[in-house]
Amino acid sequence: MNTTSFKCCGLRRALIYTLVFGLLWVLPADADELIMVRVHSAFPETMTTLQEVIRKQDYTVSRIQRVDVGLTKTGYQTAEYRVVFFGKPREIKDLPSRYPELTTYLPLKITIFAEQGETLLMALNPILLGDFFPQPELKKTFAVWEKAVRDIFDRVRTEEEGSAK
Amino acid sequence: MYRMFLLVAMIGLAHPVYAAVDGAGLYVQNCAACHGAQGGGGVGVPLSLHDFLDSVSNEYLRKTIRLGRQGRVMPSFRKLSDDDVNAIVQHIRGWSHKQEGSHAAPVFSAQPIKGDAIRGKALFDKNCATCHGVNGEGGAGTGVTMSRPRNWPILAPALNNPGFLASASDEMIKATLMKGRNGTPMVSFLKQGLSKKDINDVVAYVRAFEKSSGAKTAEVLSSESAVIVRESPYSVEQTVASLKSTILGNNFRLIRIQPLDQGFVERGKENKKRVLVYSCNFNFLNEALKVDPRVGLFLPCRVTVMEHKGKVLVMTINPKRLSAIFNNSELNRLCEEMSKIYVEMIEEAIL
Ligand code: HEC
Ligand code: HEC
Repeated sequence: MNTTSFKCCGLRRALIYTLVFGLLWVLPADADELIMVRVHSAFPETMTTLQEVIRKQDYTVSRIQRVDVGLTKTGYQTAEYRVVFFGKPREIKDLPSRYPELTTYLPLKITIFAEQGETLLMALNPILLGDFFPQPELKKTFAVWEKAVRDIFDRVRTEEEGSAK
Repeated sequence: MYRMFLLVAMIGLAHPVYAAVDGAGLYVQNCAACHGAQGGGGVGVPLSLHDFLDSVSNEYLRKTIRLGRQGRVMPSFRKLSDDDVNAIVQHIRGWSHKQEGSHAAPVFSAQPIKGDAIRGKALFDKNCATCHGVNGEGGAGTGVTMSRPRNWPILAPALNNPGFLASASDEMIKATLMKGRNGTPMVSFLKQGLSKKDINDVVAYVRAFEKSSGAKTAEVLSSESAVIVRESPYSVEQTVASLKSTILGNNFRLIRIQPLDQGFVERGKENKKRVLVYSCNFNFLNEALKVDPRVGLFLPCRVTVMEHKGKVLVMTINPKRLSAIFNNSELNRLCEEMSKIYVEMIEEAIL
Protein backbone atom coordinates (compact mmCIF):
# COMPACT_ATOMS: atom_id res chain seq x y z
CA MET A 1 0.00 0.00 0.00
CA ASN A 2 1.28 3.40 -0.81
CA THR A 3 0.88 5.33 2.38
CA THR A 4 3.17 8.18 1.46
CA SER A 5 0.62 9.63 -0.92
CA PHE A 6 -1.60 10.42 2.08
CA LYS A 7 1.17 12.10 3.95
CA CYS A 8 0.27 15.72 3.30
CA CYS A 9 -3.42 15.31 4.01
CA GLY A 10 -2.88 12.88 6.86
CA LEU A 11 -0.79 15.47 8.63
CA ARG A 12 -3.26 18.23 8.00
CA ARG A 13 -6.06 16.02 9.18
CA ALA A 14 -4.15 15.12 12.32
CA LEU A 15 -3.79 18.82 12.96
CA ILE A 16 -7.48 19.44 12.48
CA TYR A 17 -8.26 16.56 14.82
CA THR A 18 -5.96 18.06 17.38
CA LEU A 19 -7.81 21.33 17.16
CA VAL A 20 -11.29 19.86 17.04
CA PHE A 21 -10.91 17.48 19.93
CA GLY A 22 -8.49 19.61 21.85
CA LEU A 23 -6.14 16.70 22.28
CA LEU A 24 -3.47 17.87 24.60
CA TRP A 25 -1.48 14.68 24.71
CA VAL A 26 0.96 13.37 22.17
CA LEU A 27 -0.55 10.75 19.92
CA PRO A 28 0.81 7.22 20.24
CA ALA A 29 3.44 5.85 17.94
CA ASP A 30 2.28 5.87 14.39
CA ALA A 31 1.24 2.49 13.14
CA ASP A 32 4.05 2.47 10.60
CA GLU A 33 6.98 1.99 12.95
CA LEU A 34 6.48 -1.73 13.20
CA ILE A 35 5.62 -3.82 10.21
CA MET A 36 3.44 -6.77 11.15
CA VAL A 37 1.52 -9.35 9.23
CA ARG A 38 -0.67 -12.29 10.14
CA VAL A 39 -0.40 -15.39 8.01
CA HIS A 40 -3.20 -17.96 8.05
CA SER A 41 -0.90 -20.93 8.10
CA ALA A 42 0.69 -22.87 10.86
CA PHE A 43 4.19 -22.01 12.02
CA PRO A 44 6.31 -24.73 10.34
CA GLU A 45 5.02 -24.02 6.83
CA THR A 46 5.24 -20.29 7.30
CA MET A 47 8.78 -20.55 8.58
CA THR A 48 9.85 -22.54 5.52
CA THR A 49 8.13 -20.12 3.18
CA LEU A 50 9.68 -17.14 4.92
CA GLN A 51 13.18 -18.46 4.37
CA GLU A 52 12.46 -19.26 0.74
CA VAL A 53 10.98 -15.84 0.13
CA ILE A 54 13.91 -14.04 1.76
CA ARG A 55 16.24 -15.92 -0.59
CA LYS A 56 14.03 -15.19 -3.59
CA GLN A 57 14.29 -11.51 -2.70
CA ASP A 58 18.04 -11.93 -3.03
CA TYR A 59 18.89 -11.71 0.65
CA THR A 60 20.89 -14.21 2.67
CA VAL A 61 19.47 -15.86 5.78
CA SER A 62 22.44 -15.91 8.12
CA ARG A 63 20.92 -17.51 11.18
CA ILE A 64 17.76 -18.50 12.99
CA GLN A 65 17.54 -17.94 16.70
CA ARG A 66 15.24 -20.42 18.40
CA VAL A 67 14.02 -18.32 21.29
CA ASP A 68 11.28 -20.83 22.12
CA VAL A 69 13.75 -23.67 22.57
CA GLY A 70 15.75 -21.63 25.06
CA LEU A 71 12.61 -20.74 26.98
CA THR A 72 11.26 -24.27 27.04
CA LYS A 73 14.59 -25.66 28.23
CA THR A 74 14.52 -23.16 31.06
CA GLY A 75 11.05 -24.38 32.04
CA TYR A 76 8.80 -21.72 30.52
CA GLN A 77 5.87 -22.52 28.28
CA THR A 78 5.68 -20.84 24.92
CA ALA A 79 4.47 -21.43 21.40
CA GLU A 80 7.06 -21.36 18.59
CA TYR A 81 9.03 -18.13 18.64
CA ARG A 82 12.06 -17.50 16.44
CA VAL A 83 14.14 -14.66 15.11
CA VAL A 84 15.38 -14.84 11.51
CA PHE A 85 18.51 -12.82 10.69
CA PHE A 86 19.10 -11.77 7.11
CA GLY A 87 20.99 -9.29 4.96
CA LYS A 88 23.17 -8.73 1.91
CA PRO A 89 26.79 -9.91 2.30
CA ARG A 90 28.05 -6.72 0.65
CA GLU A 91 26.20 -4.47 3.08
CA ILE A 92 27.22 -6.52 6.11
CA LYS A 93 30.82 -6.08 5.00
CA ASP A 94 30.76 -2.39 4.00
CA LEU A 95 28.30 -0.55 6.20
CA PRO A 96 30.06 -1.16 9.55
CA SER A 97 33.25 0.60 8.41
CA ARG A 98 31.35 3.70 7.48
CA TYR A 99 28.64 3.64 10.14
CA PRO A 100 29.96 1.62 13.09
CA GLU A 101 26.92 2.30 15.27
CA LEU A 102 24.56 1.04 12.59
CA THR A 103 26.19 -2.36 13.10
CA THR A 104 24.08 -2.84 16.23
CA TYR A 105 21.02 -3.06 13.96
CA LEU A 106 22.62 -5.54 11.57
CA PRO A 107 21.88 -8.08 10.23
CA LEU A 108 18.21 -7.19 9.79
CA LYS A 109 15.76 -9.42 11.57
CA ILE A 110 12.25 -10.72 11.37
CA THR A 111 10.51 -12.08 14.44
CA ILE A 112 8.15 -14.95 13.72
CA PHE A 113 5.81 -16.52 16.22
CA ALA A 114 2.83 -18.84 16.37
CA GLU A 115 -0.59 -17.79 17.53
CA GLN A 116 -2.73 -20.90 17.61
CA GLY A 117 -3.01 -22.13 14.01
CA GLU A 118 -1.67 -18.88 12.59
CA THR A 119 1.67 -17.14 12.44
CA LEU A 120 2.73 -13.56 12.99
CA LEU A 121 5.68 -11.92 11.29
CA MET A 122 7.13 -8.72 12.61
CA ALA A 123 9.96 -6.33 11.88
CA LEU A 124 11.09 -2.91 12.91
CA ASN A 125 10.38 -0.61 9.98
CA PRO A 126 13.91 0.01 8.63
CA ILE A 127 12.85 3.50 7.59
CA LEU A 128 12.86 4.32 11.30
CA LEU A 129 16.63 3.89 11.29
CA GLY A 130 16.66 7.19 9.44
CA ASP A 131 15.74 8.86 12.74
CA PHE A 132 18.73 7.25 14.42
CA PHE A 133 21.19 7.61 11.56
CA PRO A 134 20.34 10.82 9.74
CA GLN A 135 23.15 10.72 7.16
CA PRO A 136 21.36 11.58 3.91
CA GLU A 137 23.11 8.90 1.87
CA LEU A 138 21.67 6.19 4.11
CA LYS A 139 18.13 7.21 3.40
CA LYS A 140 17.98 5.24 0.20
CA THR A 141 19.38 2.11 1.84
CA PHE A 142 16.72 2.25 4.55
CA ALA A 143 14.00 2.74 1.95
CA VAL A 144 15.26 -0.29 0.03
CA TRP A 145 15.19 -2.34 3.23
CA GLU A 146 11.70 -1.19 4.05
CA LYS A 147 10.49 -2.24 0.64
CA ALA A 148 12.28 -5.58 1.02
CA VAL A 149 10.56 -6.28 4.35
CA ARG A 150 7.16 -5.31 2.97
CA ASP A 151 7.69 -7.40 -0.15
CA ILE A 152 8.83 -10.37 1.90
CA PHE A 153 5.77 -10.14 4.15
CA ASP A 154 3.36 -9.71 1.23
CA ARG A 155 4.91 -12.62 -0.59
CA VAL A 156 4.83 -14.95 2.40
CA ARG A 157 1.19 -14.09 2.95
CA THR A 158 0.12 -14.55 -0.66
CA GLU A 159 2.17 -17.72 -1.13
CA GLU A 160 0.86 -19.30 2.06
CA GLU A 161 -2.71 -18.23 1.50
CA GLY A 162 -2.57 -19.19 -2.15
CA SER A 163 -1.38 -22.70 -1.36
CA ALA A 164 -3.96 -23.15 1.41
CA LYS A 165 -6.83 -22.74 -1.03
CA MET B 1 -16.08 -14.59 -1.93
CA TYR B 2 -19.58 -14.06 -3.31
CA ARG B 3 -20.79 -12.95 0.08
CA MET B 4 -17.93 -10.50 0.30
CA PHE B 5 -18.84 -9.16 -3.09
CA LEU B 6 -22.42 -8.73 -1.99
CA LEU B 7 -21.34 -6.93 1.11
CA VAL B 8 -19.09 -4.59 -0.80
CA ALA B 9 -21.91 -3.99 -3.24
CA MET B 10 -24.32 -3.25 -0.41
CA ILE B 11 -21.97 -0.84 1.26
CA GLY B 12 -21.27 0.66 -2.11
CA LEU B 13 -24.96 1.32 -2.66
CA ALA B 14 -25.49 2.80 0.72
CA HIS B 15 -22.38 4.96 0.65
CA PRO B 16 -21.21 5.60 -2.87
CA VAL B 17 -18.10 7.41 -1.63
CA TYR B 18 -16.68 4.29 0.01
CA ALA B 19 -17.11 2.14 -3.03
CA ALA B 20 -13.61 2.81 -4.27
CA VAL B 21 -11.94 1.97 -0.96
CA ASP B 22 -11.23 -1.64 -0.08
CA GLY B 23 -12.15 -1.88 3.61
CA ALA B 24 -11.32 -5.58 3.83
CA GLY B 25 -7.91 -5.00 2.29
CA LEU B 26 -7.18 -2.07 4.57
CA TYR B 27 -8.21 -4.11 7.57
CA VAL B 28 -5.83 -6.91 6.57
CA GLN B 29 -3.01 -4.41 6.05
CA ASN B 30 -3.47 -2.41 9.22
CA CYS B 31 -5.41 -4.33 11.81
CA ALA B 32 -5.48 -8.10 11.21
CA ALA B 33 -1.99 -8.71 12.59
CA CYS B 34 -3.22 -7.68 16.04
CA HIS B 35 -7.00 -8.11 15.97
CA GLY B 36 -7.17 -11.30 13.88
CA ALA B 37 -8.34 -11.77 10.30
CA GLN B 38 -11.93 -12.26 11.46
CA GLY B 39 -11.68 -9.93 14.44
CA GLY B 40 -11.14 -12.74 16.93
CA GLY B 41 -8.30 -10.93 18.69
CA GLY B 42 -4.60 -11.63 19.25
CA VAL B 43 -2.17 -8.96 20.37
CA GLY B 44 -5.33 -6.81 20.13
CA VAL B 45 -8.72 -7.38 21.78
CA PRO B 46 -11.57 -9.05 19.84
CA LEU B 47 -13.60 -6.78 17.55
CA SER B 48 -16.14 -9.20 16.12
CA LEU B 49 -18.10 -10.11 19.24
CA HIS B 50 -21.79 -9.51 18.96
CA ASP B 51 -22.08 -7.54 22.18
CA PHE B 52 -19.09 -5.42 21.33
CA LEU B 53 -20.50 -4.41 17.95
CA ASP B 54 -23.91 -3.82 19.48
CA SER B 55 -22.54 -1.48 22.12
CA VAL B 56 -20.14 0.76 20.23
CA SER B 57 -20.96 3.50 17.74
CA ASN B 58 -19.23 4.03 14.42
CA GLU B 59 -18.05 7.32 15.82
CA TYR B 60 -16.29 5.41 18.61
CA LEU B 61 -14.63 3.08 16.11
CA ARG B 62 -13.50 5.98 13.91
CA LYS B 63 -12.04 7.95 16.78
CA THR B 64 -10.37 4.88 18.24
CA ILE B 65 -8.63 4.21 14.92
CA ARG B 66 -7.52 7.83 14.61
CA LEU B 67 -6.41 8.40 18.18
CA GLY B 68 -5.21 4.96 19.16
CA ARG B 69 -4.56 4.26 22.84
CA GLN B 70 -1.38 5.87 23.96
CA GLY B 71 0.82 3.53 25.94
CA ARG B 72 -1.61 0.64 25.41
CA VAL B 73 -0.31 -0.97 22.22
CA MET B 74 -3.17 0.17 19.97
CA PRO B 75 -1.46 2.59 17.52
CA SER B 76 -2.98 5.74 16.12
CA PHE B 77 -3.60 5.70 12.39
CA ARG B 78 -2.90 9.17 11.13
CA LYS B 79 -1.99 8.45 7.54
CA LEU B 80 -5.24 6.76 6.57
CA SER B 81 -7.72 9.00 4.78
CA ASP B 82 -11.23 9.52 6.15
CA ASP B 83 -12.55 7.25 3.42
CA ASP B 84 -10.09 4.56 4.46
CA VAL B 85 -11.17 4.79 8.09
CA ASN B 86 -14.84 4.65 7.12
CA ALA B 87 -14.21 1.64 4.92
CA ILE B 88 -12.47 -0.18 7.78
CA VAL B 89 -15.38 0.64 10.09
CA GLN B 90 -17.82 -0.74 7.53
CA HIS B 91 -15.70 -3.86 7.24
CA ILE B 92 -15.84 -4.37 11.01
CA ARG B 93 -19.61 -3.74 10.92
CA GLY B 94 -19.85 -6.45 8.29
CA TRP B 95 -19.18 -9.04 10.99
CA SER B 96 -22.33 -8.09 12.84
CA HIS B 97 -24.42 -8.08 9.68
CA LYS B 98 -23.49 -11.72 9.31
CA GLN B 99 -24.66 -12.64 12.80
CA GLU B 100 -28.20 -13.40 13.79
CA GLY B 101 -30.11 -11.00 15.98
CA SER B 102 -27.67 -8.16 15.57
CA HIS B 103 -28.74 -4.60 15.16
CA ALA B 104 -27.64 -1.60 13.20
CA ALA B 105 -24.72 0.41 14.56
CA PRO B 106 -25.88 2.10 17.75
CA VAL B 107 -25.68 5.86 18.06
CA PHE B 108 -25.12 7.45 21.46
CA SER B 109 -25.88 10.95 22.59
CA ALA B 110 -22.85 13.02 23.49
CA GLN B 111 -24.75 14.42 26.47
CA PRO B 112 -22.71 13.99 29.68
CA ILE B 113 -24.23 11.77 32.35
CA LYS B 114 -24.66 13.33 35.76
CA GLY B 115 -23.52 11.20 38.62
CA ASP B 116 -21.74 11.25 41.93
CA ALA B 117 -18.10 10.49 41.11
CA ILE B 118 -17.16 10.04 44.78
CA ARG B 119 -19.78 7.35 45.23
CA GLY B 120 -18.72 6.07 41.84
CA LYS B 121 -15.16 5.61 43.06
CA ALA B 122 -16.25 3.34 45.90
CA LEU B 123 -18.32 1.27 43.49
CA PHE B 124 -15.45 1.16 41.02
CA ASP B 125 -12.95 -0.01 43.64
CA LYS B 126 -15.32 -2.80 44.62
CA ASN B 127 -16.58 -3.91 41.19
CA CYS B 128 -14.09 -2.94 38.55
CA ALA B 129 -10.60 -2.45 39.94
CA THR B 130 -9.65 -6.15 39.99
CA CYS B 131 -9.73 -6.19 36.21
CA HIS B 132 -9.39 -2.58 35.07
CA GLY B 133 -6.88 -1.53 37.75
CA VAL B 134 -7.32 0.74 40.77
CA ASN B 135 -6.78 3.83 38.64
CA GLY B 136 -8.44 2.45 35.53
CA GLU B 137 -5.02 1.68 34.05
CA GLY B 138 -6.22 -1.58 32.50
CA GLY B 139 -5.08 -5.18 32.79
CA ALA B 140 -1.55 -6.41 32.17
CA GLY B 141 -0.46 -7.97 28.90
CA THR B 142 -2.00 -7.67 25.47
CA GLY B 143 -5.28 -8.69 23.78
CA VAL B 144 -6.00 -12.40 23.88
CA THR B 145 -2.58 -13.78 22.93
CA MET B 146 -2.57 -17.52 23.50
CA SER B 147 1.12 -18.07 22.86
CA ARG B 148 1.79 -18.46 26.59
CA PRO B 149 -0.21 -19.06 29.76
CA ARG B 150 -2.03 -16.11 31.36
CA ASN B 151 -4.75 -15.23 33.85
CA TRP B 152 -7.53 -13.45 31.99
CA PRO B 153 -8.69 -14.65 28.58
CA ILE B 154 -9.11 -11.05 27.38
CA LEU B 155 -7.20 -7.99 28.44
CA ALA B 156 -9.31 -5.47 30.35
CA PRO B 157 -8.89 -2.16 28.47
CA ALA B 158 -7.46 0.90 30.18
CA LEU B 159 -10.34 3.19 31.11
CA ASN B 160 -8.16 6.13 32.13
CA ASN B 161 -6.62 6.25 28.68
CA PRO B 162 -7.04 9.58 26.91
CA GLY B 163 -7.70 7.81 23.59
CA PHE B 164 -10.49 5.78 25.15
CA LEU B 165 -12.04 8.73 26.98
CA ALA B 166 -11.99 10.91 23.87
CA SER B 167 -13.66 8.15 21.83
CA ALA B 168 -16.34 6.87 24.18
CA SER B 169 -19.28 9.01 25.23
CA ASP B 170 -20.81 8.67 28.71
CA GLU B 171 -23.86 7.03 27.19
CA MET B 172 -21.71 4.46 25.46
CA ILE B 173 -19.86 3.60 28.64
CA LYS B 174 -23.17 3.32 30.42
CA ALA B 175 -24.60 1.00 27.78
CA THR B 176 -21.53 -1.24 28.15
CA LEU B 177 -22.00 -1.42 31.91
CA MET B 178 -25.72 -2.16 31.57
CA LYS B 179 -25.35 -4.90 28.97
CA GLY B 180 -21.88 -6.25 29.55
CA ARG B 181 -20.16 -8.05 26.74
CA ASN B 182 -21.15 -11.64 26.40
CA GLY B 183 -18.19 -13.90 25.64
CA THR B 184 -15.76 -11.71 27.60
CA PRO B 185 -15.03 -11.32 31.33
CA MET B 186 -16.99 -8.03 31.18
CA VAL B 187 -20.42 -8.83 32.59
CA SER B 188 -23.65 -6.83 32.85
CA PHE B 189 -23.55 -4.83 36.06
CA LEU B 190 -27.28 -4.38 35.98
CA LYS B 191 -27.45 -8.15 36.36
CA GLN B 192 -24.74 -7.98 39.04
CA GLY B 193 -27.11 -5.90 41.12
CA LEU B 194 -25.99 -2.33 40.50
CA SER B 195 -28.83 0.15 40.09
CA LYS B 196 -29.05 2.64 37.25
CA LYS B 197 -28.01 5.33 39.70
CA ASP B 198 -24.99 3.29 40.75
CA ILE B 199 -24.05 2.90 37.12
CA ASN B 200 -24.37 6.64 36.49
CA ASP B 201 -22.08 7.26 39.44
CA VAL B 202 -19.49 4.81 38.08
CA VAL B 203 -19.67 6.50 34.67
CA ALA B 204 -19.10 9.88 36.32
CA TYR B 205 -16.06 8.44 38.07
CA VAL B 206 -14.67 6.93 34.84
CA ARG B 207 -15.15 10.30 33.14
CA ALA B 208 -13.27 11.97 35.96
CA PHE B 209 -10.14 10.02 34.94
CA GLU B 210 -9.81 12.67 32.27
CA LYS B 211 -8.76 15.12 34.95
CA SER B 212 -6.63 12.80 37.03
CA SER B 213 -3.75 10.53 36.35
CA GLY B 214 -4.83 9.38 32.92
CA ALA B 215 -1.67 10.55 31.29
CA LYS B 216 0.44 8.36 33.51
CA THR B 217 -0.27 5.01 31.86
CA ALA B 218 -0.09 6.76 28.57
CA GLU B 219 3.52 7.69 29.04
CA VAL B 220 5.81 6.84 26.17
CA LEU B 221 9.51 6.96 26.79
CA SER B 222 11.58 8.96 24.45
CA SER B 223 15.21 9.25 25.11
CA GLU B 224 18.66 9.97 23.93
CA SER B 225 20.50 7.93 21.36
CA ALA B 226 19.48 4.72 19.64
CA VAL B 227 22.79 3.05 20.43
CA ILE B 228 24.74 2.58 23.66
CA VAL B 229 28.47 2.88 22.84
CA ARG B 230 31.63 2.65 24.93
CA GLU B 231 35.25 2.47 23.93
CA SER B 232 37.23 -0.45 25.25
CA PRO B 233 40.86 -0.07 26.29
CA TYR B 234 41.45 -3.73 25.38
CA SER B 235 41.74 -5.67 22.15
CA VAL B 236 38.64 -7.18 20.52
CA GLU B 237 39.60 -10.64 21.82
CA GLN B 238 40.24 -9.42 25.37
CA THR B 239 37.04 -7.39 25.39
CA VAL B 240 34.98 -10.39 24.27
CA ALA B 241 36.57 -12.58 26.93
CA SER B 242 35.86 -9.98 29.57
CA LEU B 243 32.25 -9.58 28.40
CA LYS B 244 31.78 -13.29 28.62
CA SER B 245 32.62 -13.39 32.30
CA THR B 246 30.54 -10.30 32.97
CA ILE B 247 27.52 -11.90 31.31
CA LEU B 248 27.86 -15.07 33.36
CA GLY B 249 28.33 -13.04 36.51
CA ASN B 250 25.06 -11.19 35.83
CA ASN B 251 22.79 -14.24 35.71
CA PHE B 252 22.66 -14.24 31.96
CA ARG B 253 23.22 -17.32 29.90
CA LEU B 254 25.80 -17.01 27.16
CA ILE B 255 24.14 -18.10 23.93
CA ARG B 256 26.97 -17.73 21.49
CA ILE B 257 29.86 -15.66 20.25
CA GLN B 258 30.14 -15.25 16.50
CA PRO B 259 31.67 -13.01 13.86
CA LEU B 260 29.19 -10.42 12.51
CA ASP B 261 29.47 -11.79 8.99
CA GLN B 262 29.02 -15.46 9.91
CA GLY B 263 26.56 -16.99 7.48
CA PHE B 264 27.30 -14.26 4.95
CA VAL B 265 30.82 -15.22 3.93
CA GLU B 266 32.55 -18.52 3.35
CA ARG B 267 33.41 -20.37 6.53
CA GLY B 268 36.90 -19.41 7.70
CA LYS B 269 36.80 -16.06 5.88
CA GLU B 270 34.94 -14.18 8.61
CA ASN B 271 36.18 -10.87 9.93
CA LYS B 272 37.46 -11.67 13.43
CA LYS B 273 37.50 -7.99 14.39
CA ARG B 274 33.72 -7.68 14.36
CA VAL B 275 32.15 -9.93 16.92
CA LEU B 276 28.62 -10.43 18.22
CA VAL B 277 28.06 -11.72 21.75
CA TYR B 278 24.57 -13.08 22.34
CA SER B 279 23.23 -13.78 25.80
CA CYS B 280 19.88 -14.16 27.48
CA ASN B 281 18.25 -14.02 30.85
CA PHE B 282 15.31 -16.33 30.20
CA ASN B 283 13.53 -15.26 33.33
CA PHE B 284 13.56 -11.66 32.17
CA LEU B 285 12.69 -12.67 28.61
CA ASN B 286 9.71 -14.68 29.77
CA GLU B 287 8.44 -11.75 31.80
CA ALA B 288 8.91 -9.38 28.86
CA LEU B 289 7.10 -11.69 26.44
CA LYS B 290 4.15 -11.88 28.80
CA VAL B 291 3.95 -8.12 28.79
CA ASP B 292 4.20 -7.92 25.03
CA PRO B 293 4.84 -10.79 22.61
CA ARG B 294 6.44 -8.35 20.20
CA VAL B 295 9.56 -7.72 22.30
CA GLY B 296 11.37 -10.53 20.50
CA LEU B 297 12.29 -7.81 18.02
CA PHE B 298 15.16 -6.84 20.25
CA LEU B 299 15.98 -10.17 21.76
CA PRO B 300 18.13 -12.03 22.56
CA CYS B 301 20.49 -9.55 24.17
CA ARG B 302 23.38 -8.79 21.96
CA VAL B 303 26.60 -6.86 22.35
CA THR B 304 28.66 -5.88 19.31
CA VAL B 305 32.43 -5.61 19.73
CA MET B 306 34.30 -4.19 16.75
CA GLU B 307 37.48 -2.54 15.74
CA HIS B 308 37.01 0.80 14.07
CA LYS B 309 39.78 3.20 13.10
CA GLY B 310 42.15 1.75 15.66
CA LYS B 311 39.60 1.81 18.47
CA VAL B 312 37.59 -1.02 19.95
CA LEU B 313 33.92 -0.16 20.27
CA VAL B 314 31.48 -2.03 22.50
CA MET B 315 27.87 -1.34 21.54
CA THR B 316 24.26 -2.39 21.92
CA ILE B 317 20.95 -1.06 20.74
CA ASN B 318 19.29 1.19 23.29
CA PRO B 319 16.01 -0.47 24.34
CA LYS B 320 14.97 2.73 26.04
CA ARG B 321 14.97 4.52 22.72
CA LEU B 322 13.11 1.66 21.04
CA SER B 323 10.36 1.24 23.61
CA ALA B 324 8.35 4.13 22.16
CA ILE B 325 7.84 2.10 18.99
CA PHE B 326 5.85 -0.49 20.88
CA ASN B 327 3.47 2.05 22.39
CA ASN B 328 3.27 -0.07 25.51
CA SER B 329 3.89 1.71 28.79
CA GLU B 330 4.15 -1.57 30.69
CA LEU B 331 7.13 -2.34 28.54
CA ASN B 332 8.81 0.95 29.39
CA ARG B 333 9.93 -0.26 32.79
CA LEU B 334 11.43 -3.40 31.29
CA CYS B 335 13.14 -1.43 28.54
CA GLU B 336 14.64 0.98 31.02
CA GLU B 337 15.82 -1.95 33.06
CA MET B 338 17.35 -3.53 29.99
CA SER B 339 19.15 -0.34 29.02
CA LYS B 340 20.58 -0.18 32.52
CA ILE B 341 21.71 -3.80 32.40
CA TYR B 342 23.41 -3.20 29.05
CA VAL B 343 25.28 -0.16 30.29
CA GLU B 344 26.35 -1.94 33.48
CA MET B 345 27.51 -5.04 31.65
CA ILE B 346 29.49 -3.10 29.10
CA GLU B 347 31.07 -0.81 31.65
CA GLU B 348 31.98 -3.72 33.87
CA ALA B 349 33.55 -5.52 30.93
CA ILE B 350 35.80 -2.64 29.96
CA LEU B 351 36.75 -1.68 33.50
C1 HEC C 1 -0.15 -3.40 17.46
C2 HEC C 1 -1.41 -4.04 17.67
C3 HEC C 1 -2.67 -3.34 17.19
C4 HEC C 1 -2.96 -2.89 15.93
C5 HEC C 1 -2.07 -2.91 14.70
C6 HEC C 1 -4.32 -2.40 15.98
N1 HEC C 1 -4.82 -2.55 17.25
FE1 HEC C 1 -6.67 -1.98 17.87
N2 HEC C 1 -6.18 -2.47 19.79
C7 HEC C 1 -5.02 -3.09 20.19
C8 HEC C 1 -5.05 -3.29 21.63
C9 HEC C 1 -3.96 -3.95 22.46
C10 HEC C 1 -6.27 -2.74 22.09
C11 HEC C 1 -6.75 -2.67 23.56
C12 HEC C 1 -6.23 -1.38 24.16
C13 HEC C 1 -6.55 -1.15 25.61
O1 HEC C 1 -6.06 -1.85 26.47
O2 HEC C 1 -7.26 -0.19 25.88
C14 HEC C 1 -6.96 -2.25 20.91
C15 HEC C 1 -8.22 -1.64 20.92
C16 HEC C 1 -8.97 -1.37 19.79
C17 HEC C 1 -10.35 -0.95 19.82
C18 HEC C 1 -11.20 -0.74 21.06
C19 HEC C 1 -11.81 -2.06 21.40
C20 HEC C 1 -12.82 -1.99 22.50
O3 HEC C 1 -13.07 -3.04 23.14
O4 HEC C 1 -13.38 -0.94 22.72
C21 HEC C 1 -10.74 -0.84 18.51
C22 HEC C 1 -12.11 -0.44 18.01
C23 HEC C 1 -9.59 -1.15 17.69
N3 HEC C 1 -8.53 -1.47 18.49
C24 HEC C 1 -9.61 -1.15 16.30
C25 HEC C 1 -8.47 -1.30 15.52
C26 HEC C 1 -8.45 -1.14 14.08
C27 HEC C 1 -9.66 -0.87 13.23
C28 HEC C 1 -7.16 -1.31 13.69
C29 HEC C 1 -6.60 -1.14 12.29
C30 HEC C 1 -6.87 0.12 11.64
C31 HEC C 1 -6.37 -1.60 14.87
N4 HEC C 1 -7.20 -1.59 15.96
C32 HEC C 1 -5.01 -1.89 14.88
C33 HEC C 1 -3.97 -3.46 19.36
C34 HEC C 1 -3.85 -3.13 18.02
C1 HEC D 1 -13.74 -9.72 35.35
C2 HEC D 1 -13.05 -8.62 34.79
C3 HEC D 1 -13.80 -7.32 34.59
C4 HEC D 1 -14.54 -6.61 35.52
C5 HEC D 1 -14.78 -6.97 36.98
C6 HEC D 1 -14.99 -5.42 34.85
N1 HEC D 1 -14.57 -5.42 33.56
FE1 HEC D 1 -14.94 -3.97 32.18
N2 HEC D 1 -14.05 -5.10 30.75
C7 HEC D 1 -13.37 -6.28 30.96
C8 HEC D 1 -12.90 -6.79 29.70
C9 HEC D 1 -12.10 -8.05 29.50
C10 HEC D 1 -13.32 -5.87 28.72
C11 HEC D 1 -13.06 -5.96 27.22
C12 HEC D 1 -14.21 -6.69 26.58
C13 HEC D 1 -14.03 -6.80 25.09
O1 HEC D 1 -13.01 -7.32 24.66
O2 HEC D 1 -14.93 -6.38 24.38
C14 HEC D 1 -14.02 -4.82 29.41
C15 HEC D 1 -14.57 -3.70 28.79
C16 HEC D 1 -15.04 -2.59 29.46
C17 HEC D 1 -15.41 -1.34 28.85
C18 HEC D 1 -15.29 -1.02 27.38
C19 HEC D 1 -13.90 -0.44 27.18
C20 HEC D 1 -13.37 -0.59 25.81
O3 HEC D 1 -12.29 -0.05 25.52
O4 HEC D 1 -14.01 -1.28 25.03
C21 HEC D 1 -15.79 -0.50 29.84
C22 HEC D 1 -16.25 0.94 29.69
C23 HEC D 1 -15.70 -1.24 31.09
N3 HEC D 1 -15.24 -2.50 30.82
C24 HEC D 1 -15.98 -0.72 32.33
C25 HEC D 1 -16.05 -1.47 33.49
C26 HEC D 1 -16.51 -0.97 34.75
C27 HEC D 1 -16.87 0.47 35.02
C28 HEC D 1 -16.52 -2.03 35.61
C29 HEC D 1 -17.02 -2.06 37.03
C30 HEC D 1 -18.40 -1.69 37.21
C31 HEC D 1 -15.97 -3.18 34.90
N4 HEC D 1 -15.72 -2.81 33.62
C32 HEC D 1 -15.74 -4.43 35.45
C33 HEC D 1 -13.20 -6.92 32.18
C34 HEC D 1 -13.83 -6.55 33.35
